[in-house]
Amino acid sequence: MTAARLRLVGLGAVALLALAPAFISPFSVTLLNFIGVYALAALGLVLLTGVGGMLSFGQAAFVGIGAYSTAWATTVAGWSPWSGLLLALALTGLVAAVLGAVTLRLRGHFLSLSTIAWGLAIYFLFGNIEGLGHFTGIANLPPISIGPLALRDSAQIFYLIWALLILSLILSANLLHARQGRAIRALRGGRVLVESLGIDGFRVKLVTFVLSALLSAISGWLMAHMTRFVSPSPFDVTAGIYYLMMAMVGGIGHLSGAVVGAAIVTLLRNSIQDYLPLVAPGAAGQLEIVVFSVLFILLLQRARAGIVPYVLRYLPRVTPSPVVDAPPLPCRRQPAKGEPVLIVEGLSRRFGGLVAVNDVGFELRAGEILGLIGPNGAGKTTMFNLITGVLRVDSGRILFGGADITRRAQRRIARAGIARTFQHVKLRPTMSLLDNVLLGTYARTRSGFFAGALLLDRREEARARFEAMRQLRRVGLAERAFDLAGGLPLGNQRLLEIARALAADPLLLVLDEPAAGLRRLEKAALAQLLDTLRGEGLTILLVEHDMEFVMGLVDRSVVMDFGAKLCEGVPAAIRRDPRVQEAYLGSVAG
Amino acid sequence: MDTQIAAILAMDGIATGAIYVLIGLGFVLIFAVTRVIFVPFGDIAAFTALTMAALEAGQIPGTVGLVVGLAILAMLLELGSILRARDFHRIPRALLFFLVLPLLPAGAVWLATGLDVTMAGRIVLSLALIMPIAPLLDRIVFRPIADASVLLLLTVAVALHFALVGLGLLFFGPEGVRTQPLTDAMFTIGGVTVSAQTLLIVGASIVFSGLLFLFFEFTLAGKALRATAVNRTGARLMGIRPATTGTIAYLLASLLAGISGVLIAPVTTIFYDSGFLIGLKAFVGAIIGAMASYPITAAGALFVGLLESFASFWDSSFKEVVVFGILIPVLLWRSLSFLHLDEDESEE
Repeated sequence: MTAARLRLVGLGAVALLALAPAFISPFSVTLLNFIGVYALAALGLVLLTGVGGMLSFGQAAFVGIGAYSTAWATTVAGWSPWSGLLLALALTGLVAAVLGAVTLRLRGHFLSLSTIAWGLAIYFLFGNIEGLGHFTGIANLPPISIGPLALRDSAQIFYLIWALLILSLILSANLLHARQGRAIRALRGGRVLVESLGIDGFRVKLVTFVLSALLSAISGWLMAHMTRFVSPSPFDVTAGIYYLMMAMVGGIGHLSGAVVGAAIVTLLRNSIQDYLPLVAPGAAGQLEIVVFSVLFILLLQRARAGIVPYVLRYLPRVTPSPVVDAPPLPCRRQPAKGEPVLIVEGLSRRFGGLVAVNDVGFELRAGEILGLIGPNGAGKTTMFNLITGVLRVDSGRILFGGADITRRAQRRIARAGIARTFQHVKLRPTMSLLDNVLLGTYARTRSGFFAGALLLDRREEARARFEAMRQLRRVGLAERAFDLAGGLPLGNQRLLEIARALAADPLLLVLDEPAAGLRRLEKAALAQLLDTLRGEGLTILLVEHDMEFVMGLVDRSVVMDFGAKLCEGVPAAIRRDPRVQEAYLGSVAG
Repeated sequence: MDTQIAAILAMDGIATGAIYVLIGLGFVLIFAVTRVIFVPFGDIAAFTALTMAALEAGQIPGTVGLVVGLAILAMLLELGSILRARDFHRIPRALLFFLVLPLLPAGAVWLATGLDVTMAGRIVLSLALIMPIAPLLDRIVFRPIADASVLLLLTVAVALHFALVGLGLLFFGPEGVRTQPLTDAMFTIGGVTVSAQTLLIVGASIVFSGLLFLFFEFTLAGKALRATAVNRTGARLMGIRPATTGTIAYLLASLLAGISGVLIAPVTTIFYDSGFLIGLKAFVGAIIGAMASYPITAAGALFVGLLESFASFWDSSFKEVVVFGILIPVLLWRSLSFLHLDEDESEE
């Protein structure tokens, strides 16, 4: 199915939806309204939890801030509902920014636990702040008016709710397929991956968190003016788990999962409220939450991915838009052959009493492949992490392109032009090969969140896609550009990581044990590729313990043993060196 | 506020904090061994209090029905997995652990109802009855997904809490209860009147924290628990079954929660849903201890108790806001003082 046909199907669905109020009962319209309002908040959760990997139980609190803002603005302050919306967005955004700034640096479960805590704190605030009606709430909110038309009827506000929901879905989908959206999708790959791409992971998390809260604020605003009443109880932690359930039932990794999940949970709740009193008269209220919790637990045990991915399997795949020729992205000037690129001086790093790297120094010149070799435990990986900024240097200096990068953050080192690959491959398995390589272009492009959502980034995006495709071609994976990265064999995954690194237009490519786990032919192909890249003028640092692989490829090697530098030289000299033989094979008897 | 009031508030805060200490330690214990953040833990404490109250009133506590239902469900699940694996020799063991043992205290309580049981007897019966609940829930809910990510386990735990609250209302009804005081004695220390109940709470908290420490240091089971907490795979290679250590952790932690429920029942009115807030406050303590350190968790839980006490003097309607709001600066401090490399965070 082409993208154009998909658009046609979407338009058809929207037309059906627009006609719906004319044909269905007013009660069904009200249900659809609730589904739309809940779906907006669930959409925020999909972005935050499903895509960004930050699990929140506090979404209902943000819906509540949105609802209470507009309730206060329209009843106490006497503003119009539209000013109420502005206040709702501003206040929710502010609270989310502050909470996010404090909690988003925490590890996964602490973040989630904190969402329970501030979710409760905000709930109790609603019930206790003077002027917000305590636990009885605020009644008689005015309806939203568009020009002279007041949206009193559920069939009227229906159009506003679903227009806002569809708009939010489209903007979110645009965002996820743009530069910053790819960064959000990369967050689940872990901090080291994100920072190695030159992405400010904390900032991306914070913006995602605020965007998710803003969607909740819109949901709360609509809910307040739809029911014309607010009270604290729809915004407690129970509601938070309902939103999470909606997102997960639908499919928390998919934007449409928010709508599907909101529909299923709302309809189910409605029918349970109808039938439970028949089964258990007098106890229906409390049974509802039991039934839902049990269903939710079963869902989490047996079908975590939700409904949308299951349905998608039976639908035709949307053909991705082809990569078109575009002007190339600006490139760095590669240094002249033989110029020093990386100078390491007296580098040391201790872990407690263990000196993992002890006073190591070497120089790397433009256009050469330098092998950093040594037996297991020699300190190669620590050395690698020091150069790329994953670990802090205790003493010594690292100069890169003449600039001192010794204690710079990982992200800034990446942006200075050092691109890396990982020993344990870090790809995003559910993103296409092309999208994975596009992540590499992050530091070379500039489009922001709004440009991405509003499609203002198309020119730059086309250039980035062209560049990514060029790098895929370079490593020989262009034919599979639209396949998912998770389906590749290890050898190709390594090549894909190299393509991603190349897409950053590096001055220096650093490879962490690229031959580990590869079969003989895969190793040969890798060596061939690295040789070609050197021929094109790229400088490469190779950390590796596979001697055969290294010796056939590198110009020079630095040998490490027990954290210290043993010797340095061309492969033939290294091979003859008795110290190296001793380090690898043990000392000669006698 | 004069020193007299401050002393009273401090006393009150320490007593409340001591209760949070026991629950907080239980949180850390279960998390370390099973990676489950057992949110319904406060509910276990509340259910103990409700059980005590029912026994006092000479009624059959709702806990009996709860335990029987959970035991049958757990046994059916266990039998199902045994039949699928064709491991028939495990059937007697499964019947013993998942049906007979949990039903023993239920039967004892059922027989004892209406008889004139002493206070000590009621406490023992309540604790015995409450202890199977968490291990049975573990078998039913968490063991099928034991290898899932911490976040998924947390989501399940939150959902489980809401299921338990609903069940709590069904089994115990909406009325709040308060049990007879364990002791009526009063002391005057330095001009401040202290009830023996307060001293009892603090004393019990110290004794059971101490016992927990001794258990970890000096028993093989305690060492197995610590080993599982440090490295599950490594423990497995040493012949320690994570499922078994998990059950021990749940039992121990339930005992702690049960004791805190017994202690809190005479001083606070407990409803079927009181457990959530009690649990979450203990939780704030556990977060201060980074879900890892027992002593810091204990200190954190005491701090939460004191904070709550002073906050309720300042403005009682805002005490919950203050207690949960305090978590934000605490987390800020934690995030600044500990830089985590989130390398080990798993993906779905």
